[in-house]
Amino acid sequence: MTATVELLSFEEALARFDPALGLEVHVELNTASKMFCGCSTVFGAEPNSQVCPVCLGLPGAMPAVNAKAVESAVRIGLALNCEIAQWCRFARKNYFYPDMPKNFQTSQYDEPIAYDGWLDVEVDGRTVRVEVERAHMEEDTGKSLHVGGATGRIHGADHSLVDYNRAGIPLIEIVTKPVRGTREEAPAVARAYVAQLRELLLGLDVSDVRMEQGSLRCDVNLSLAPAGSDRLGTRTETKNVNSLRSVERAVRYEIARQAAVLDGGGSVVQETRHWHEDTGVTTSGREKSDAEDYRYFPEPDLVPMAPEQDWVERLRTELPEPPRERRARLQAEWGFSDLEMRDTVGAGALTLVEETIAAGASPAAARKWWLSEMARRANEQGVEVTELGIAPADVARVQALVDEGRINDKLARQVFDGLLAGEGTPDEVVAERGLAVVSDEGALSEAVDAAIAGNPDVAEKIRGGKVAAAGALIGVVMKQMRGQADAGRVRELILEKLGS
Amino acid sequence: MTSSSGAELVRRTAAELADALTAGDVSSVELTEAHLDRIEAVDGAVHAYLHVDAEGALSAARAADDRRAAGTPASPLDGIPVAVKDVLATKGVPTTCGSRILEGWVPPYDATVVARLRQAGLPILGKTNMDEFAMGSSTEHSAYGPTRNPWDLDRIPGGSGGGSAAAVASFQAPVAIGTDTGGSIRQPGAVTGTVGVKPTYGGVSRYGLVALANSLDQAGPVTRTVLDAALLHELVGGHDPMDSTSIDRPLPSLVEAARRGADADLSGVTVGIVTELTGEGYQAGVLQRFEEAVQLLVKAGAEVVEVSCPTFVHALATYYLILPAEASSNLARFDAMRYGLRVLPDDVPAPSAEEVMRATRDRGFGDEVKRRIILGTYALSSGYFDAYYGQAQKVRTLIARDFTAAFERADVLISPTAPTTAFRLGEKLDDPLAMYLNDLATIPANLAGVPGISVPSGLADEDGLPTGVQVLAPATADDRVYRVGAALEALLAERWGGALLDRAPELEPDHRDKE
Repeated sequence: MTATVELLSFEEALARFDPALGLEVHVELNTASKMFCGCSTVFGAEPNSQVCPVCLGLPGAMPAVNAKAVESAVRIGLALNCEIAQWCRFARKNYFYPDMPKNFQTSQYDEPIAYDGWLDVEVDGRTVRVEVERAHMEEDTGKSLHVGGATGRIHGADHSLVDYNRAGIPLIEIVTKPVRGTREEAPAVARAYVAQLRELLLGLDVSDVRMEQGSLRCDVNLSLAPAGSDRLGTRTETKNVNSLRSVERAVRYEIARQAAVLDGGGSVVQETRHWHEDTGVTTSGREKSDAEDYRYFPEPDLVPMAPEQDWVERLRTELPEPPRERRARLQAEWGFSDLEMRDTVGAGALTLVEETIAAGASPAAARKWWLSEMARRANEQGVEVTELGIAPADVARVQALVDEGRINDKLARQVFDGLLAGEGTPDEVVAERGLAVVSDEGALSEAVDAAIAGNPDVAEKIRGGKVAAAGALIGVVMKQMRGQADAGRVRELILEKLGS
Repeated sequence: MTSSSGAELVRRTAAELADALTAGDVSSVELTEAHLDRIEAVDGAVHAYLHVDAEGALSAARAADDRRAAGTPASPLDGIPVAVKDVLATKGVPTTCGSRILEGWVPPYDATVVARLRQAGLPILGKTNMDEFAMGSSTEHSAYGPTRNPWDLDRIPGGSGGGSAAAVASFQAPVAIGTDTGGSIRQPGAVTGTVGVKPTYGGVSRYGLVALANSLDQAGPVTRTVLDAALLHELVGGHDPMDSTSIDRPLPSLVEAARRGADADLSGVTVGIVTELTGEGYQAGVLQRFEEAVQLLVKAGAEVVEVSCPTFVHALATYYLILPAEASSNLARFDAMRYGLRVLPDDVPAPSAEEVMRATRDRGFGDEVKRRIILGTYALSSGYFDAYYGQAQKVRTLIARDFTAAFERADVLISPTAPTTAFRLGEKLDDPLAMYLNDLATIPANLAGVPGISVPSGLADEDGLPTGVQVLAPATADDRVYRVGAALEALLAERWGGALLDRAPELEPDHRDKE
């Protein structure tokens, strides 16, 4: 990293400036084939194994629109309360880059398929309406891999490789209008918007929305205006913001950075900046986003699209329940308090909890596991709870094992360790690790007898009616059994034997 | 097979050869060999081909003979050899578009037109020469040297598809495929005494046609007779899901229209003479042959009217904004990253991708290509878009409206195809604007997407070189150009006492030692 950047404290920054947010979210659709050809879209395949003349941009090849992608785009538009264009076209965005097979990206320019919508997001129990300017269709680019440098970036690399598997995967770019008046909540609003947009997209089943795999990518636009001013300041566009946590941090950082620049009498440069997850800062990108002339013009190889009104209306009626309505319904069904519900949503665990309950766990148990144990693990690993790799059905099964008395909560945590280590199903982990609580009454009884014999003074107290002292003996027994005993049963046995 | 019978075979039309194949009088292998021999003999002088695929053609011919023997021909033209303009992707056969930048590129896939030729059983003799990326009207802009006009080897064969026209005119192929963006099938047809058809836009798939200007390009037949063109057109035309701009409707019956036209009875047909496409700027001999053709149409019972299409005077300017704009974007992909030429700059020790792109494009593209990339990039630039590209699109709409109005008064429109007969090599090479004017009469059809045919109208008095007449019809009414074209062909054969190409000078077989 270059010279240290001066920052104003967040609080100071907000005392003097009003931030305006803008979010551009790129969503990779989960269609089986690419935007303009029949190639597979499966993530993680051998480089350049999912390509054809069309997505490689070979001379003479022509695009043909993936109807499923158009349907997804319309559904996203509808779910975001957008107008759906009665007539629109693709356009070419011309610029040279090795990961772009044709050196133009087939995108949409002034005729997006969806425009003028909104998404209401909840932040700390308050609703903020984020206006959506447009949602348009485009194709993804290939992926460059820079080899030989220390950083994996192009600077310092001695050669670069390009994987075109991603080239041509359908993308929807969702662009908000400037979001103003959020003040100190700006970072939280940005995060909540992306989180709730993800939730909405998941509900539509149009994308995997996995930020870590790049199927949901976020650019954060931010500008500051003097507090109380109506005008918008000069904005920066921060790219590479690829987790919910980063969205929040990047907004906070840019507010502090821009405030320091402005406060020092400087002016903010309109530019692309890059977010660095590791150091939590943004740095100036090389290119100036608006200095490029993309020479847009309508794609002559594709005919205009005119979504039929009847079809659009049918898609509208078939939309899934909107997230807000769904949350209200689930809260009522589960009997969660407002606080419990907010925590669940805030942790990004709503669907996980829902699926865990659907797999047989009680609402309380499902919430307990996801909001404590799983949230803690996710936090330790610096990932989202959805990205942990634990399936709701497995959590439900673990809880069932607890309910059956076959394991206890402490052992359950070890089961999760095993699940994360890829040791199989919960039952397999229990079997392989030998985690089942000891239900052999004989062994348990012997251990209790030994504990009583070894701690006569404690035993005497219990006999004398001090039931609370049983805890000490339970500890001894559990230690003896290496934790693999049902503590409740141990307690019963102790009290039984000591006649209390 | 003796060489004299081979020499006779290559002069027959595709329809005649198809009859001979059906009757079993000749085999596809014999036919293919006769054409390969002819190529061997005369292409050193003509240079119609950039690549000859003898092996591939003969293997396809053997398969065609097997099908004929089994009584299951794949199509009416099964076994008839064909030449293909080098702008269409051919799997396993080099495709250069006449450019250095694609030297050595072997496509891994077939253009739809090529795939349909293969499915129909036509052995592909090779790839024909063209102006680089189809930019030109003389084939002199080929990076691999010009093609010469079989009528006079010092003259140009037209362009950009000079190779296909010269191959057919010099009997090196019975039929060929060309592409027409502003006249590249029709103008070479006119100056070589052959027939060329630009189908309705969307009538023939563009998939695998290396785009010059996507909204103008159209592939079509290059032949010696109107009937052959119809036979070939029916084989390659029709809807293709790989080309979103292709028309999802069956073609009208073109062969039937051509056969009907051959009766030379045009009673009930109204022919419109476009006033803006005759007169000024046309060679006297060209106009004379055109007026003669009009008289023949009247004789055949057609009603002839004059129509005015005032916006056509802006067609050339419109074309030279839209074409370069689309071309500048299409040609961006030639960047040395994935295929084709790759030039490492001499003066840079560790060149970046951008530097390699720049060096490759500098060396790989010819001057005419660079000129149009610059024009197109400018026309699309922010701040100029509305004034140039945007305005051109509006004029394009007006040109289409002029056509619509004209077709309310006439069933077909006619004009001379090209303003002059074949000019000398080098004559217009340093004057791009003079070169562009060759396409004055052909460009409006591309801008409006309507079909057009060029049929020979005779030889100009002053230089004895072929002239052509163009027949245009409304979009999707390709059958009309075949009917009127075939009628003109029959009337002119009567007037000239046989096929015009019989009057072309004999080409001396090439006796140079093979190296």
